[in-house]
Amino acid sequence: MQQHMVTLLEKPATFHGGLHLPAEKAQSLTGPLKSAAIPERLYVPLSQNIGEAAEPVVKTGERVLRGQLIARSLGYISAPVHAPTSGVVSDIGDYPVPHPSGLSATCIVIDSDGEDRVADSGLKMENVYLSDPADIRQRVRDAGIVGLGGAGFPTAVKLNPGPDHVVDLLVINGAECEPYISCDEALMCCRPNDIIEGIRIMRHALHAKQVVIGIEDNMPNAIDCLQKELDRLDEKDIRIVPVPTRYPAGGEKQLIYALTGEEVPSQGLPIDIGVVCHNVGTAAAIARAIHHGEPLISRVITVTGAGISEPCNLEVRIGTPIASLVEQCGGYTDEAARLLLGGPMMGFALRTDTIPVIKTSNCILAASSKELPDPPPASPCIRCAQCTDVCPVNLLPQQLYWYAFARDMEKIQDYNLFDCIECGCCAQVCPSHIPLVQYYRFAKTEIWDMEREREKSDLARRRHEARLARLEREKKALEERRARARKSLDKKPKAGDADAKKADIAAALARVKAKKTENADAVPRNTDNLTTEQRAKIDTVEQRRNGKTDGA
Amino acid sequence: MEFPTRSSPYLPVANDLSRLMRKVMLALVPGALALFWFFGWGIVFNLLIATSTALLAEAAVLRLRGKPVRPALLDGSAALTGLLLGLALPPLAPWWIPVVGVLFAIVIAKQLYGGLGYNPFNPAMIGFVVLIISFPLQMTLWSPPTGIGHEGPGFKDTLQLVFAGRPPEGETLDTITMATPLDESKTQSGLDLTWDEILSDPRFGNYGGYGWEWVNLAFLLGGLWLWKQRAIQWHIPAGMLGGLFVISLMFYFADADGYGSPLFHLFSGATMLGAFFIATDPVSAATTPRGRLYYGAGIGILVYVIRTWGGYPDGIAFGVLLMNMAAPTLDYYTKPRVFGQREEQDD
Ligand code: SF4
Ligand code: SF4
Repeated sequence: MQQHMVTLLEKPATFHGGLHLPAEKAQSLTGPLKSAAIPERLYVPLSQNIGEAAEPVVKTGERVLRGQLIARSLGYISAPVHAPTSGVVSDIGDYPVPHPSGLSATCIVIDSDGEDRVADSGLKMENVYLSDPADIRQRVRDAGIVGLGGAGFPTAVKLNPGPDHVVDLLVINGAECEPYISCDEALMCCRPNDIIEGIRIMRHALHAKQVVIGIEDNMPNAIDCLQKELDRLDEKDIRIVPVPTRYPAGGEKQLIYALTGEEVPSQGLPIDIGVVCHNVGTAAAIARAIHHGEPLISRVITVTGAGISEPCNLEVRIGTPIASLVEQCGGYTDEAARLLLGGPMMGFALRTDTIPVIKTSNCILAASSKELPDPPPASPCIRCAQCTDVCPVNLLPQQLYWYAFARDMEKIQDYNLFDCIECGCCAQVCPSHIPLVQYYRFAKTEIWDMEREREKSDLARRRHEARLARLEREKKALEERRARARKSLDKKPKAGDADAKKADIAAALARVKAKKTENADAVPRNTDNLTTEQRAKIDTVEQRRNGKTDGA
Repeated sequence: MEFPTRSSPYLPVANDLSRLMRKVMLALVPGALALFWFFGWGIVFNLLIATSTALLAEAAVLRLRGKPVRPALLDGSAALTGLLLGLALPPLAPWWIPVVGVLFAIVIAKQLYGGLGYNPFNPAMIGFVVLIISFPLQMTLWSPPTGIGHEGPGFKDTLQLVFAGRPPEGETLDTITMATPLDESKTQSGLDLTWDEILSDPRFGNYGGYGWEWVNLAFLLGGLWLWKQRAIQWHIPAGMLGGLFVISLMFYFADADGYGSPLFHLFSGATMLGAFFIATDPVSAATTPRGRLYYGAGIGILVYVIRTWGGYPDGIAFGVLLMNMAAPTLDYYTKPRVFGQREEQDD
């Protein structure tokens, strides 16, 4: 496979569109990173990331230790789950999980014994930099580490570029671009050593030629802290590049473009241009696992908004109910009117605070109705194209909207619906207040459903036609046998010939028909040629989707 | 605790239709004032009649269609259509001219197509074209750009003229109106006068026609403010003024005697009003960045062609409507290259 080198730009490139949004981060960056108290009861969902849910390996009533494996991964795109603290498994069953629809899913419920006794995970590694990348990957996988910046893709998979690819550039994403979210910034300021250690491990595992940390330029403290750590370690081969603050600079493809001027191919992956991208939080988690033997059982979460009395960043055990975190931040203020998991651009609204946080939860935003008000009613699209001007993917949002509205699922794909990253920039500037992103999600779901339906009906049709062809063949064979029998009895050969010929033609027709059915499958689909990663992405988006439509 | 849910994004809206329309109206003020200054009270009557007709017509049709009336009126789009048409009409035209034009604009060109957002043609320009085709005489009733309080008809005279059709004592319609420079240049160059000869007439002011150059400057000012406010994008005005400039420059260079100068074209007639306020009507324009540029350029070129060789003195309305027809095609062939896609995939 040919590969061209990606090079870092001297000055970051500007991607198309995007928005300047208020940062709203200062209120949660108040002090040192605190650890949240461990609640009496934790709800640990089996499915916390893209890919298949894990399978429990403990039983109700069993005692567990902190860091002990409680559910093992199934398949390549899956991550194991560990006990966040020591205690007793009091139930394995359906509980509400972080999901826009308020969906329930299987959780392992652990009643903490308050002792937080630790199990030996066996993850710790000596001489990391002399060891085999495969060994590192295995430990990262066993530690249950997933991408902490976004959809939670299993990190081990992204540490395995495969034999066909050379990793020119490892990009570490510290460009936390969504308003209110400051967990990465807090981590960079308070745990620079973990981050840099993790980066070095990843660099070793990937044989990456260059490493760069991209941070939005409105986080001078974070840049400072990481740079100090690099200086302390005399690490010259990791560069920090401040990128202009503009949403969505932290989008994987946008960040890579800003740093290298290269575009990750549409529907492709960064590795296609020799780049691998990981989040700063993921780097820190790797360092914790490899150097300290800690599986991924906690993460940093921002608890903020005018609805929270004392906004801050907390290191939280996975499975802690949101209500418990809010309580530790002084509880709700009178203004609390809306509760989001994630940021205001790409997060989703929660109905209740009883659900637990998971590996991919980065922010709990309890906002006042002034901060996140209800939008005015939508009016017709006036084709002003302001949405076009801000789309970071250079799509034509108003056309997408038009075709989603008209349910023209062919045309909407011509307009590259599947390149939409659902960043919300278009909806944010629309003077007609059209909930554009909602339309795109709806259209994507429709198309995936349609394609699945088609696959199913294709299969059914093929079965049906195969059966018909078989019956036909059997009939034909029977006739032939009869004809032959008649022929041998009867001395008039003519009729028999004609019969035989007919049978031949019929058989040929049947063959042609069978061929045709095969060809019918050749129609290209969106769900064809997907990498496992994309396939998995579809699945989660799908899950979200099912919830979304209900809220709509 | 229970919370309400809806879909992302959640931040307060940064933009609003009626705010947008209000900005456009505000940006029209300098141009409207300049028109008033040079052409007198007729301008004010036109604006008042056109705008109130627009609001009434919009309300009536919406009621008939069983749609909510208040929000549609509040979005300001109908009022803006009325204002734009009002600004384009001759100040001494009888009162029913704006009424008929606006009725066509709102009822036929806008609401019959489904209302705001669905009209393929610029409503104000449909109104204008209907008027200029049906009532060519009344559409020439421009007062001389002498400025109010000077020789032109005053408030009372204009009132009488517009509503009762009676010219002031001792005057006829002919004596109180005056052809616009575009009109004049057309008639004159039809008489085989050179442009130098035509322009030696003091009526032509410095470059766009006395009064008209100031009116155009005022609209330009408002337009630039609008662009600064991000209420419009630069593509359409730049395309239109660029197209008009280039083609007029070409002919001017080839034959300075036979054709008007680029400056004349840029600052005469409804050029700036058209470039910044009419051609930029988003609903009926092209939407892709490149498409908008071509769309504007097309209007600029058509305006020149119609002014120079066509049967009507100004070509903004026809130019805009013709390009409205081309807009969907332009959009289709100018889809921007999507991030991460190769060039050849984007046609
Ligand atoms: S911003 Fe809204 S109104 Fe404007 S073109 Fe886009 S969808 Fe239509
Ligand atoms: S949500 Fe999709 S269409 Fe809208 S701006 Fe983002 S990428 Fe473009």
